[in-house]
Amino acid sequence: MRFIFKTDYRQDIRLFRHAGYVFWYGLLGVVLVAAPFVLSEYVISQLHFVCIYSIVGFGLMLLVGFTGQISLGHAAFLAVGAYTEALLQGAGMPLWVSLPSAALLSAAAGIIIGIPALRLKGIYLAIATLAFNVIVEEIITRWEGLTGGNGGKHVKPAELFGFTFDSDVSFYFLCLSLTVLSCLMLINLLRSPTGRAFVAIRDSEISASCMGVNLAKYKTMSFALSAALTGVGGALYAHKITFISPEQFTLLASIELVTIVIIGGIGSLHGAVFGAAFIIVLPQVISVAKDYLPSGAAGISGLQAIVFGVLLVAFIIFEPMGIYGRWLKVRTWFELFPFYRQGMFRRQKSYMKSERLR
Amino acid sequence: MRGRGILGGGGLVNQFLQLLLAGVAQGCVYALVALGFVLIYKATETVNFAQGDLMMLGAFFALTGSTTLGLPYWLTIVFALAVMAVFGMLAERLVLRPVLGYPAFTVVMVTIGMGYILRGVVTMIPGWGTDTYTFATPFADAVIRLGAVVLAVQQLAVIGMTAALCLALYLFFRYAKLGVAMQATSQNQLAAYYMGIPVRRVNMLIWGLSAAVATFAGILLAPVTFVHSNMGFIGLKAFPAAVVGGFGSVPGSIVGGLIIGVVESLAGYYLPEGFKDVAAYVVVLIVLMVRPSGIFGETARKKV
Repeated sequence: MRFIFKTDYRQDIRLFRHAGYVFWYGLLGVVLVAAPFVLSEYVISQLHFVCIYSIVGFGLMLLVGFTGQISLGHAAFLAVGAYTEALLQGAGMPLWVSLPSAALLSAAAGIIIGIPALRLKGIYLAIATLAFNVIVEEIITRWEGLTGGNGGKHVKPAELFGFTFDSDVSFYFLCLSLTVLSCLMLINLLRSPTGRAFVAIRDSEISASCMGVNLAKYKTMSFALSAALTGVGGALYAHKITFISPEQFTLLASIELVTIVIIGGIGSLHGAVFGAAFIIVLPQVISVAKDYLPSGAAGISGLQAIVFGVLLVAFIIFEPMGIYGRWLKVRTWFELFPFYRQGMFRRQKSYMKSERLR
Repeated sequence: MRGRGILGGGGLVNQFLQLLLAGVAQGCVYALVALGFVLIYKATETVNFAQGDLMMLGAFFALTGSTTLGLPYWLTIVFALAVMAVFGMLAERLVLRPVLGYPAFTVVMVTIGMGYILRGVVTMIPGWGTDTYTFATPFADAVIRLGAVVLAVQQLAVIGMTAALCLALYLFFRYAKLGVAMQATSQNQLAAYYMGIPVRRVNMLIWGLSAAVATFAGILLAPVTFVHSNMGFIGLKAFPAAVVGGFGSVPGSIVGGLIIGVVESLAGYYLPEGFKDVAAYVVVLIVLMVRPSGIFGETARKKV
């Protein structure tokens, strides 16, 4: 167990809390940079998805995990990002124009939904975002002149300063660098006054506003930032899939995005990455596991839905802090080696806490 | 959809009346699913995203009752309601009670997971699977002609049966001991507990009741949309219904359901294509902007 002797307030908000962090994250960086030269093409292509979903997970985590707002409509922002990128690139814009535009347009969409959200809470907010998602999906389907409707739209590889990201390795580095950038941006944001205001709103809106946090401003900002990150993820997604159509951005996609946050571990950036990796790996594991099942059970289409549902329910019941929570427990077990106790992470159940305002 | 097929020449008024009837009939189904949401929400403050899937499962049980077991229509309803009531109680005991007291959104995710499981399980059960089934009713395609207005018996039956169920529920909540206990529990759990009401058991029964109401909606819907494993997605339209009425209000859910049904039916005919599918969501966004707690919802201030 390491004890850090703090002599300065700055130590509280350092990026790397101690030398161990520098070492391990440095090692992770080296592994990630070396990965595409070692791994097979298929694995690299899955890593693209992990990076893309991580970015979206960061966006959603900012909103759900750090500002305490609910969104069941993030696939709409993903769609706005993807279509903006596809259209601008189709018009011959380079990546350094189209990607920021995708982020900005998504942010604008986030502000549009964020403004009614100021008055809404809990389930009403969930319904409003859900409605927003359905409406955006319908607009994309019907506006055929712009989006190609149900026929979908093809997307070419990304281009930046004359360089085309058409190989797996180059696109991997594009995704990776954007993931790292957005992660650093969020870490910095969360240790700034803005980030603290977000967390204050999550913990209690009333006390936050009593402390002088402008609820309207920060909630809208959170929606906009979250949507912008999701939009960036959407733009990359468009390049990755190379073909986008409305049925990729349905409500079910939104729910899948939320599961990233929940399964990964709500309220931690690690969780977003873990959740993204989990969502990508799960179908592979299921398809491998199918080979070992008796032939009758293997051909069933519902298997994936069942495994997904069971895992979701089991995670929430047995590990409410998600994969990141489990990782924390394992790490603490090793750090404290013989002294770990069962109840160290037991959360308090708040039976009396009620959304009903009486 | 249905309304459009039976439109003959007729005057504008007749046409409007028929659209209205079709809308009300569809709205009844939304209203019943929304009612299920509201019952559970009032009692346990949980929003059950699996309500539509409970409806789907109920419809499949009804299908089994009428085909495999060969029961008559009315017995089929009783059979499906009974099975699903037990199922609802089991779901509460096994899945929802362990997460009692967790943040609302976490519980929502549990119900979403439950929905996935139900949809998956239904496709795996022999005789159900991914196929689409027709569900026979005694009403078939009969129509009643009132002057120039053609009324489908099917739609009238849906409306009548919904009204009957609402009346039965009203009497239950008003006069039955259990119904009053359920009301007390949903108003204030702690006070109800002090009065000697077994709150947990009542919550379990409410889940059973809600699943039964959903099943009833499924049986009414089955002749229209047929029975298949994805019919539960209609629950997503019942959400706006519940919100429009105010999420914590039982009469509100009925009114909300009817509003959504009628608006959808009219939008499907008078507005360009595409508006029908989003009508419910546009209505809910407008209502939320004007009255954030719905038409019948209580507005309360939080005291510090």
